Amino acid sequence: MTDLIRLTDVQKTYTRGKEKISIFDKLSMRIEQGDFLALMGPSGSGKTTLLNLLGGTDRPSSGSIEFDGKRIDKMSEGQLTNWRAQNVGFIFQFYNLMPILTAQQNVELPLLLTKLSPKKRRENVATALNIVGLSDRARHKPREMSGGQQQRVAIARAIVTDPKLLLCDEPTGDLDRTTADEILGTLQLLNRDLGKTIIMVTHDAAAAKFAKRVLHLDKGHFNEQELAA
Amino acid sequence: MNDRSLMWKNLWRKPVRTILLMITITIGFAIFASTISFSSASSNFNTLPTRMVTLSKVNFTESLPMAHYDRIRQTDGVLAATHMNWFGGYYREPQNFLAVFAIDPATYFQVYGEDLRGLPEAQRRAFFADRTAMIVPEQLARHWGWRVGQRVPLNSNIFTNRSNGRQVWDFMLAGTFPTPQGSSQTGSVLIHYDYFNETRTFGRDRIGWVPFLTRSAAENNQIAHRIDQRFANSADETSTADEKTFNESFAAQRGNLTLVISLVVGASFIAILLIVGTTMALAVRERTKELGVMKTLGFSSGRVMRMVLGESVLISLFGATFGVLIAAGMLKLMSTQFEGSGFTIGLTPIALVASIIVAIVLGLVTAAGPALGAYRMRIVDALGRR
Repeated sequence: MTDLIRLTDVQKTYTRGKEKISIFDKLSMRIEQGDFLALMGPSGSGKTTLLNLLGGTDRPSSGSIEFDGKRIDKMSEGQLTNWRAQNVGFIFQFYNLMPILTAQQNVELPLLLTKLSPKKRRENVATALNIVGLSDRARHKPREMSGGQQQRVAIARAIVTDPKLLLCDEPTGDLDRTTADEILGTLQLLNRDLGKTIIMVTHDAAAAKFAKRVLHLDKGHFNEQELAA
Repeated sequence: MNDRSLMWKNLWRKPVRTILLMITITIGFAIFASTISFSSASSNFNTLPTRMVTLSKVNFTESLPMAHYDRIRQTDGVLAATHMNWFGGYYREPQNFLAVFAIDPATYFQVYGEDLRGLPEAQRRAFFADRTAMIVPEQLARHWGWRVGQRVPLNSNIFTNRSNGRQVWDFMLAGTFPTPQGSSQTGSVLIHYDYFNETRTFGRDRIGWVPFLTRSAAENNQIAHRIDQRFANSADETSTADEKTFNESFAAQRGNLTLVISLVVGASFIAILLIVGTTMALAVRERTKELGVMKTLGFSSGRVMRMVLGESVLISLFGATFGVLIAAGMLKLMSTQFEGSGFTIGLTPIALVASIIVAIVLGLVTAAGPALGAYRMRIVDALGRR
């Protein structure tokens, strides 16, 4: 397997008032294409910061981040925006759907950044909704759907542009066990059948079991645990 | 779906707020468009560059002695001069306003002959021959159903007729003349100064103002200076200006209408600016997370900013459209008040274009702060993900 992501000596520091807070110090890691990685760790360990760096929504203070052989930490803001649109799908804990849009329109949103025709966009949206099993709720607005259904719409929105990488920040944190397992099953399916590389931040050990491997992040360092065969 | 439909949907996220905001903007633009239309209608008359007017330095309601007219006529550079007096006329009821001027026919036709060419020669002669005669625009005669030869009683809300002790004079309609768009004689009812002067109870041998033609427009300033210097330090000092300036000051002095209206419009626009600006800022703040998500998905900062600006411009344009429509209705209603006077009031193209431009500027200015905030917004801050 080839590396999709390579972090080398990444440092991230924040300044809060006069205090300088170091999140990572010389963090290095490699993530292979087709991996399903669960990131665990106590609050404040830097899980979300790492996810932000991997998704190009934040920049490292030093070190390098390569995606598919390209340095994303060197990209301009505009290049990074385009890169995100083409390569990364985001799934959030609280779904973050647009309340004014239907499921169909929410899923179509990232496609507005492509040059696809409206017809082709509709086809892609239908496919994405079909994958997550929500074809029958296409015209419903988020408030008319359950939490699990909303998260499925968010997954459809994340995969509709066919990105290589899916970043999930506590995707089941707001769901009951049964629904959470359904969502995690869907992520597993996307990883297994569609070859999506998934990095999932979670506090839930049961959720982490759906991943191929688990990385425990603590005080800016990793401890790895292999799960899947 | 596209950016425009997304903006439209965002606009109706809170329908009550959007409707209230639109009503605010609509009211502002109704006042704005009607003001512009009204003020351009009041001063939109053709002018001659060589036609000037001398009037009292105090204002146009202050009269001048007849001797002034004689001296102006003899001033170097003045080709022809006449004098006019405001009658303050109306027909039957005070609301039936008429712009009646007491004039000296012979000299008046020298100065304003161009705009009275449509008056048939026989009617012109009849007007000159009868001191109680009057001539009126065709439109006015048609409106009131007056026929040439008919005697028409006209009231004055200023002067009293010595011969009957009432504020009414009888005039014989000697003729009618056409007043094409922009004619200086639009709405003018012309009566004989001599008849008026002899029968009025006060202000005898005084005149309102003195219009005159100059040899050349290039000499206007010198001639104006010469005339005003001649009457400087007298009891009746004068102010001489070209016709265009006179018309504008005439319009402006009607209760300083322009200033009052400008203040009202200015105040209402500032109020709108504050209301729309605050509401837009609030609306963007409410959607901080959504904007953050859009940026995360790959919408550029510029595109997000354009969408915020677009929403504001859209609401502003809609408000302005309704406002202009209301203004058109209001002006139509107002024009019924002037029916028969010859003055036409309606929504002018200038008001329409100005409203569109101001609406776009208003939309951009009010959303500039929130849009800039959306542009600068960092994803990690917007999503609270640290």
